[in-house]
Amino acid sequence: MSGIIERGVAVEPALRAGRDAGRKLLVTYVTGGLGSGWVDALRAMVEGGADLVEVGIPFSDPVMDGPTIQEASVRALAGGANPVGILDALRRVEVPVPLVAMTYYNLVFRAGHSRFARMLVDSGVRGAIVPDLPLDESGEWETDAAEAGVETVLLAAPVTPDDRLAELCRRSHGFIYGVNLMGVTGERASLAQSAAVLAKRLKAATDKPVIMGFGVSTPDQAVAAAAEADGVVVASALMRLLLDGGGPNAVGDAVASLRAALDGG
Amino acid sequence: MAPAGMGDPGPSGRFGRFGGRFVPESLVPACIELEAAFRVAWSDWRFRQRYAELLRTYAGRPTPVTECHRLSEALGVRVLLKREDLTHTGSHKINNVLGQGLLTLEMGKTRVVAETGAGQHGVATATAAALFGLECVVYMGEVDTERQALNVFRMQLLGAEVRPVASGSRTLKDAVNEALRDWVATVENTHYCLGSVMGPHPYPWMVREFQRVVGDEARSQCRELLGGDDPAVVVACVGGGSNAAGTFAGFVDTPARLVGVEAAGGSAIGRGIPGVLHGMHSYLLQDEWGQILEAQSISAGLDYPGIGPEHAHLSDLGRATYYTATDGEVLDALQLLSRTEGIIPALEPAHALAWLVNAARSGDVAAGTTVLLTLSGRGDKDAEQVMRLLG
Ligand SMILES: Cc1ncc(COP(=O)(O)O)c(C=O)c1O
Repeated sequence: MSGIIERGVAVEPALRAGRDAGRKLLVTYVTGGLGSGWVDALRAMVEGGADLVEVGIPFSDPVMDGPTIQEASVRALAGGANPVGILDALRRVEVPVPLVAMTYYNLVFRAGHSRFARMLVDSGVRGAIVPDLPLDESGEWETDAAEAGVETVLLAAPVTPDDRLAELCRRSHGFIYGVNLMGVTGERASLAQSAAVLAKRLKAATDKPVIMGFGVSTPDQAVAAAAEADGVVVASALMRLLLDGGGPNAVGDAVASLRAALDGG
Repeated sequence: MAPAGMGDPGPSGRFGRFGGRFVPESLVPACIELEAAFRVAWSDWRFRQRYAELLRTYAGRPTPVTECHRLSEALGVRVLLKREDLTHTGSHKINNVLGQGLLTLEMGKTRVVAETGAGQHGVATATAAALFGLECVVYMGEVDTERQALNVFRMQLLGAEVRPVASGSRTLKDAVNEALRDWVATVENTHYCLGSVMGPHPYPWMVREFQRVVGDEARSQCRELLGGDDPAVVVACVGGGSNAAGTFAGFVDTPARLVGVEAAGGSAIGRGIPGVLHGMHSYLLQDEWGQILEAQSISAGLDYPGIGPEHAHLSDLGRATYYTATDGEVLDALQLLSRTEGIIPALEPAHALAWLVNAARSGDVAAGTTVLLTLSGRGDKDAEQVMRLLG
C-alpha cells in the first residue's frame, strides 16, 4: 500500500481489534441510494452496534441477490442512484467503523479499476466485495485496489475445494466472507447446515477475521452463524425493514437486538 | 487464446481479450467440472458417435442447403439457405441441447435449467429433457411468455415447468439472471443448459462446438453445389450468437466474408461497450455507470443486450463484420422469403435476410455473388405476432 490515507477506517485492523476484545463481529448491509433515509439507516446501524457496514452500490443485474436486495436495488436505481452520488453522500458521513462497498464487477470495470478504488477511498470506503469476480479473474483488481488503499474481501463458498480455499484466504484482505449456503442472498427460515462446516474450514485455514453471511435474519440465527466464526453479516432482513417503511429507528433497533444476542452469550 | 480459426480458448476461456469466467465462487467448481467433462467427451469417439447418431435419427440431420431461385432472381445475388428450420423442434437450438443433454447424463446430474427468449431454446431443452428423462425448469421473461404463449404451452406439454420472470426488463437478460440464481442453489444435481455462445467459460466454446455441425455440413454441401467452391458471403443472425458461431466455424478458414446481423434495438457490437455480464467479458449495451440497458426488438430471440465473446473478438480482428436490421426491414424480408420461396422464416433469421436484401440493393454485395444464409428457425412460433404486426 502506498500514499497517505486520511479518510475512513481500515478494515482488517478494526475487525481484529474487535475480535481481540472478545466480541463476535456484527456486519450489516445497506443498499446505497435507497430512498432518502439510507444514510440515516447506516448511522443507526453503527449506533446499534455494527462493527462494519457494507454499502451496496446497486447494479441492474444482481445475480447473487435474492428478492429483497433485488427490490432494494431496483428502487434505488429508479430513484436515480449511481456510484458517484452514493459515494458523495458517504463523504459526509463520519462513522467510527469501517465501510466496505459491495457491488458487481461491471460497475468497477466501467469506471476503471484505479479510478473506482480512488473514488472509494476518497469517500472513506476502505474495502470492496465484488461477488462476481472470483479468484481466477480478480488478480488485477486486487492489485489496483491495494495500491489505492482498498482491501478486497473475497468470498468462500461451501463447494470451494481446499486448495482454492487456502489461496483465497491468502489473497483476501480485511476479512474472509464465508457464504453460508449454496444460493443467493435473502431471508431463510433456518440456518443452512453448510454454514458451520465452512466456518470451521475457514478458521482452520486462516488467522484473518472470518465472517459468515447469507440467510442470517434473526438474533438466534446470528448467534448460531457466528458460533464457529468471528462474526456474521445481516443484510436482507434489515433491507426488508427499510423496504416496508420501517425507517432508520426500526433498523437501529433490529441491529441493537442482534448486537445484544451476539454479546449476550 | 483462440486465434481467428475458432479453436480451443484454453483454460482461461479467453477469445482475445473477451470471454473469461466471471461467476460467483459458488459456481466456479461447477464450471470447472463442466469444462473437464466437455473436454473428455468431445475427444471421446463414443460420445461423438452417440451425439452424431442423435443428430441424425432424432434431430433430422443433415439439414439440406436449398438454392433459392426466385429469391435470387429478385435480389440479383445467388442465395443458398442452410435449413435449420427443418430440424426437429424447428431451430438450430436442438443441436446444442442434445449435446448438453448427453453431457448432463455423463456428469450424473438429473435436472436441467434453461433461459429462453423466443422459447425455441426452452422448447429444445424441454425436448432433450424428455428424451433423456431429466427434470426441466425453464425461465422466461414475462414479456416473452406473452409474445410466445404457444411455446410456453409446448414446454409444458413436454413436461417442463416454465417459470415467468417478472424482474428487470422481463426478457431474455432477466431469464438468464433467474436461471443463474437457480443454478447457484441447485448446482449439485442441476446442469445449466445455456442456449447460446455466451455466459462463463466453457459455454461460449462448448455451445459453438455443438453448433459447428451447421457450418461443417453447409461447407461440404456448398462445395458439392458450387463445384468445389465456397460461398463468397456467409451470413447469420446474432442474438447471443450461436447459430452464427456454428455457421462461421465451418467457413472461418475460407476467404468467405462472414456477416452477423443483430437487431437494431439490441446491437451489442454496434452500440455496445466492453463490460462484464452473465459471466463473460464482451460488448454490452450499458449506460455511463455500467448499468445494463434493455434491448428492444420484435424478435424475442434477439432481445439481448450482449453478444457472445468470440463474436466480440472476431469483430475486433475484422474477421467477421456485424450489421443491424430494423423491425420494419425484418417484417418485409420475412414476407419476401415467404412469397418467393414458400418458406416462412422465424423473425430472428429474417434479420439476416433483411441485411442481405439491403446489401444486394445497395451493391454492398455485388450482383451474382453467392451467399450462404443460415435460416436458423421456422416462422411458426412467430405467426401470431406477425399477424398482429401486419394486421
Ligand atoms: C430461430 C432462432 N434463431 C436465432 C436465435 C438467436 O440465438 P443465437 O444468436 O444464439 O443463434 C434464436 C433464439 O431464440 C432463435 O430462436
